[in-house]
Amino acid sequence: MTAPEFFFFIFATITVLSAVMVISSRNPIHSVLFLILAFLNSSGLFLIAGAEFLALLLAIVYVGAVAVLFLFVVMMLNINFARLREGMAKSIPIGASVGAILLVELILVLGAYGFRDADHPVLIAQPIAESGPTNTHALGSILYTEYVYLFQGAGMILLVAMIGAIVLTLRQREGVKKQSVPEQIARRREKTVELVKIKPGQGMGGEV
Amino acid sequence: MTFVDLYLLPTLLTVGKILLLVVPLLIGVAYLTYAERKVIAGMQLRKGPNRVGPFGLLQPLADGAKLFMKETIIPSGASPIVFLLAPIITFSMAMIAWAVIPVSEGWVLADINVGILYLFAVSSLEVYGVIMSGWASNSRYPFLGALRSAAQMVSYEVSIGFVLVTVLLCVGSLNLTDIVLAQGENMWFVIPLFPMFIVFFISALAELNRAPFDLPEGEAELVGGYFTEYSAMTFALFFLGEYANMIMMSGFMTVLFLGGWLPIIDIAPFNMIPGVIWFLLKVCLLLFCMLWVRATFPRFRYDQLMRLGWKVFLPFSLFYVVLVSGVLVYMDWLPEIG
Amino acid sequence: MNSIRQFAWGILLWELVSGMWLTLRYFFKPKVTLNYPYEKGPLSPRFRGEHALRRYPNGEERCIACKLCEAICPAQAITIESEERADGSRRTTRYDIDMTKCIYCGLCEEACPVDAIVEGPNFEFSTETREELFYDKEKLLANGERWESHLAQRLSDDAPYR
Repeated sequence: MTAPEFFFFIFATITVLSAVMVISSRNPIHSVLFLILAFLNSSGLFLIAGAEFLALLLAIVYVGAVAVLFLFVVMMLNINFARLREGMAKSIPIGASVGAILLVELILVLGAYGFRDADHPVLIAQPIAESGPTNTHALGSILYTEYVYLFQGAGMILLVAMIGAIVLTLRQREGVKKQSVPEQIARRREKTVELVKIKPGQGMGGEV
Repeated sequence: MTFVDLYLLPTLLTVGKILLLVVPLLIGVAYLTYAERKVIAGMQLRKGPNRVGPFGLLQPLADGAKLFMKETIIPSGASPIVFLLAPIITFSMAMIAWAVIPVSEGWVLADINVGILYLFAVSSLEVYGVIMSGWASNSRYPFLGALRSAAQMVSYEVSIGFVLVTVLLCVGSLNLTDIVLAQGENMWFVIPLFPMFIVFFISALAELNRAPFDLPEGEAELVGGYFTEYSAMTFALFFLGEYANMIMMSGFMTVLFLGGWLPIIDIAPFNMIPGVIWFLLKVCLLLFCMLWVRATFPRFRYDQLMRLGWKVFLPFSLFYVVLVSGVLVYMDWLPEIG
Repeated sequence: MNSIRQFAWGILLWELVSGMWLTLRYFFKPKVTLNYPYEKGPLSPRFRGEHALRRYPNGEERCIACKLCEAICPAQAITIESEERADGSRRTTRYDIDMTKCIYCGLCEEACPVDAIVEGPNFEFSTETREELFYDKEKLLANGERWESHLAQRLSDDAPYR
């Protein structure tokens, strides 16, 4: 066994085991933590496959941001396990069908690996050569040239989603005492404080 | 024979290199705590620790020994595995980040192509130590601290990401060694990208939960924040991890903006000094600035912190990304991509 | 114009920079810390520290067991018992101060007509057990002997203002 193989088996085993633990562990927080472990190990698998850019992107985006928010939400929710179990039977058919579709798709993708004809010499992109451009460079040059419209389209969808989220939560209420930072910074001493010389026994003399 | 040549020797060599990096780092962490106490004391007209050893120089060792001797208490309602895992994660994340930081020309454990992304990933994983400790303690203050910290770190990562993009645009490589060398050819990025340097510095303070953004451990309202329930070595690991992260972030900033191991000017008296010394000097300067900031500014309120991250830094860094790329394209200064 | 100037100061983080400049200047100022066990701050002659019972220069104890201090003590920390001595003078047989009760108000010292009970300059008398803080007459007289030079000096220093 060579070193890459050895590490492949380590990462793969941990990925599969933690994926199993995600669905079998009783505590939802532990599930999310195992999910994170699965993400990290699959990014290790990417690294072994030579896709270092994808590996780190997985770690940054999924582990560093998405899973944190996930964990955040699960921690804040008070999950009632008894109620969850009751609903199990209802959602089993949906879950099973989604799983079946995913499985079929995976088989199709893997089956297409050897499938090629004269027009499409390679259906699945081949890994880039060792001596070629770096991973990031190769990915960028294909993403911003061949798939630029798809890329822009994805960007538009995200932008629309973001604007939607902002519009949904934006509420301007009247009469709310809210801090206005520029206003506070712009305050000057001359405008707010008045120094008055008060003679003893006379007070402000009714000037206020 | 082949096994020894192929695996054993490289492994031993790597372990040796790691020790060469980690042992000075840990000593540096210990003395950073000392430096923090001295610097802040100085700015408050106090003297700081001066009892243990000459000038109090043995104070960190005494503190370490104290924490080592004490009992590790696991609260009865806590989730023990996660509770113990959290400080370990914090500490090891702070350590593994050093794998890609070039201390001097060629002095780097792993000179990988995506070093900058690796550092970004590691710094974004640090949030897990905090959030896990907050949840596992099964106590209100740590939990609130962890929630604050999670939201804060995720928010400021966004602007850090954009700062990294501006640097990448100027270099055309994700390799940290290349970034330093590119600064040697032109000039340190702190000059053309000075606003980004400030944004990165402030975001790094927020990312590190340092003052004035140390809300997760705001002792005024949260006792000790996420490590309220921790004691002895588990606490020490958090503590060490936090300070090691400070050094790591300073190293990161040095590489990105201050020209890594390069001397100030490449002429006789300056380029005689080895690169490591230059690197250390720059890191120390940035660390001093972090302590200086802590001694100067009061803590932010949480909504002000979020406002600064999302409404000031994010638009500003986005604008600067556009500006930098515009200038690079217009002046035809875009770097060669190899 | 004013708003432009404000914007410029804001974008240059002028307020932050000036704050940091201030702390940096303080960093190089001489420090005010006293190295406590080795250096001590000045004490007023009216400082109210550990109690002591004084004697006259001829060795006779000053206390005449008038019990004014016992009466005025707001914490009721003082306990006095008295008897006639062989030579017919009125003296205490027991003079206890419970230092755990004492609030160091100095009223006993004010009340004393003969300057017998005084509060001295010593504030470093912490003990390891509670019992050691129940002072009896012997301990108080010993304190008086130990601190007499200081006590006399402080009384004479303060006398013009009484």
